[in-house]
Amino acid sequence: MNFEAIKSIYAFEMARTRRTLLQSIVSPVITTSLYFIVFGAAIGSRMQEVNGVSYGAFIAPGLIMLTLLNQCIGNGSFGIYFPKFTGTIYEILSSPISMIEIVIGYVGAAATKGLIVGTIILITASLFVDISIKHPFMMVLFFVLTAVSFSLFGFMIGIWAKDFEQLNLFPMLIIPPLVFLGGSFYSIEMLPPFWQTVSHFNPVLYLVSGFRWSFYEIADVNPIVSLVTVLGFLVVCLSITAWIFKTGYKLKN
Amino acid sequence: MAPIVSIRNLTKSYASGFQALKGVDLDIEQGEILALLGPNGAGKTTMISIICGIVTPSGGTVTVGGHDILSDYRKTRSIIGLVPQELTLDSFETVYNTVAFSRGLHGCKPDPALIERILRDLSLYDKKDTMLRHLSGGMRRRVLIAKALSYEPKVLFLDEPTAGVDVSLRKDMWQLVERLRANGVTIILTTHYIEEAEEIADRIGVINHGQILLVEEKKALMAKLGRKQMTVELAEPIAAIPDALSPYGLALSGEGTRLTYEFDSTGERTGISSLLSALSQCGLRVKDISTEQSSLEDIFVELVGEGK
Repeated sequence: MNFEAIKSIYAFEMARTRRTLLQSIVSPVITTSLYFIVFGAAIGSRMQEVNGVSYGAFIAPGLIMLTLLNQCIGNGSFGIYFPKFTGTIYEILSSPISMIEIVIGYVGAAATKGLIVGTIILITASLFVDISIKHPFMMVLFFVLTAVSFSLFGFMIGIWAKDFEQLNLFPMLIIPPLVFLGGSFYSIEMLPPFWQTVSHFNPVLYLVSGFRWSFYEIADVNPIVSLVTVLGFLVVCLSITAWIFKTGYKLKN
Repeated sequence: MAPIVSIRNLTKSYASGFQALKGVDLDIEQGEILALLGPNGAGKTTMISIICGIVTPSGGTVTVGGHDILSDYRKTRSIIGLVPQELTLDSFETVYNTVAFSRGLHGCKPDPALIERILRDLSLYDKKDTMLRHLSGGMRRRVLIAKALSYEPKVLFLDEPTAGVDVSLRKDMWQLVERLRANGVTIILTTHYIEEAEEIADRIGVINHGQILLVEEKKALMAKLGRKQMTVELAEPIAAIPDALSPYGLALSGEGTRLTYEFDSTGERTGISSLLSALSQCGLRVKDISTEQSSLEDIFVELVGEGK
């Protein structure tokens, strides 16, 4: 294992986070605070409780997931796309490092940043609404697994993307509808039966549901199914990444 | 001693169908400076990129320090340094950090003293905290060299190191190359400039259309260069070269009016004056004399032309 290389890539990526502190940390916190003011305080006060949990508290796990997914995909994809774009990737490719080490460095940093931002959002949320975490271990497990698997997903997007448009495709166009329609702001029980069925095809539903279960023990799907879904997604991403490095797809001629 | 880099039947075809390398064989000896000459698109960069791990070969093998570049890439890439042709750097990093980053990527523990020395050697130390995007082209080139030296490679590839570089940096660079060579580093550089190859290389290779056309000791090439030709135009044609002139190995052409004499201009005696007096002793009247020298450039153009 080339630990120095992993450390270098990780530190390089984290330094980028520090340089862009406003954009990386402050902006998601402000956005989430706005959600809480609008949905939690303004609208939430006129809403019924959902399964015995106040509406503001109900949406907190979904909001954390929304931020986590965006952060992890954004950081994971940008981290590898940018060297590809500027050409500095030559240095990574010509270094004595394996695919696993490259992935640990980039994805580890993206996941770390996602977890930092997610934690800050959790703390921010607790200032607005009453939050309880009934299964802290499961909460951390969902939190970390989601961060890692979506950072890896972002990493793949970064390798696949030809230009900035493709790079932004997932965080801007695909993830928001999945999150918004994945039960982040409501229980899918509130939907008509047809849309409930459709929702079960949305992978984000399983994430949000499992994550929310670890807070309040309320879930749209069985938490075990949620956990298996996250793990399955992680395995799929790992396999695709392994294939990318084996074939050099879009990295090497 | 076994060559430090050994290339056997190396081929590369890109997805577009373009064949960049067509079976290259090359041995690079430890501690030498090899200059690879060739026009744009000859395959120089592709060859270097394969050895460094940036491009996947289509066929053939390469070993560096006795290790295969594919199966034993950790060992080979640890001892290879690369200064790429393009000035690719992270705009928002500082000089010091980017050099330290390269060292880390190659699995070396931080060594601030070494990095300071490298930066001082390249006149970069007072810029160590400057962001890379604020540097001039020449400075960026120096940073790329510093990055490649940060992990003390044994084999250093310089891909067109002097493209767009001013005279002072060029001079600094050749001094650095000399120092590295004195420390036993093997250096492979590519260039368009023949004078450059002539100035610093031990051996010169010519590559074109994905093939090595020639690899020769610079001294041997220089010896070829040292050969000069003298052409003597005679006033009246002769049927045969007189016996008295046989020691000079002359050739007769131009319907008996032209004698050509080859001599070594670097030798102590060129034999020109004795030949001239021998000519007049034989009663031959000289109308005109001219001398010419074949340059490395001629050899290069000829070789590259043949490859077409």
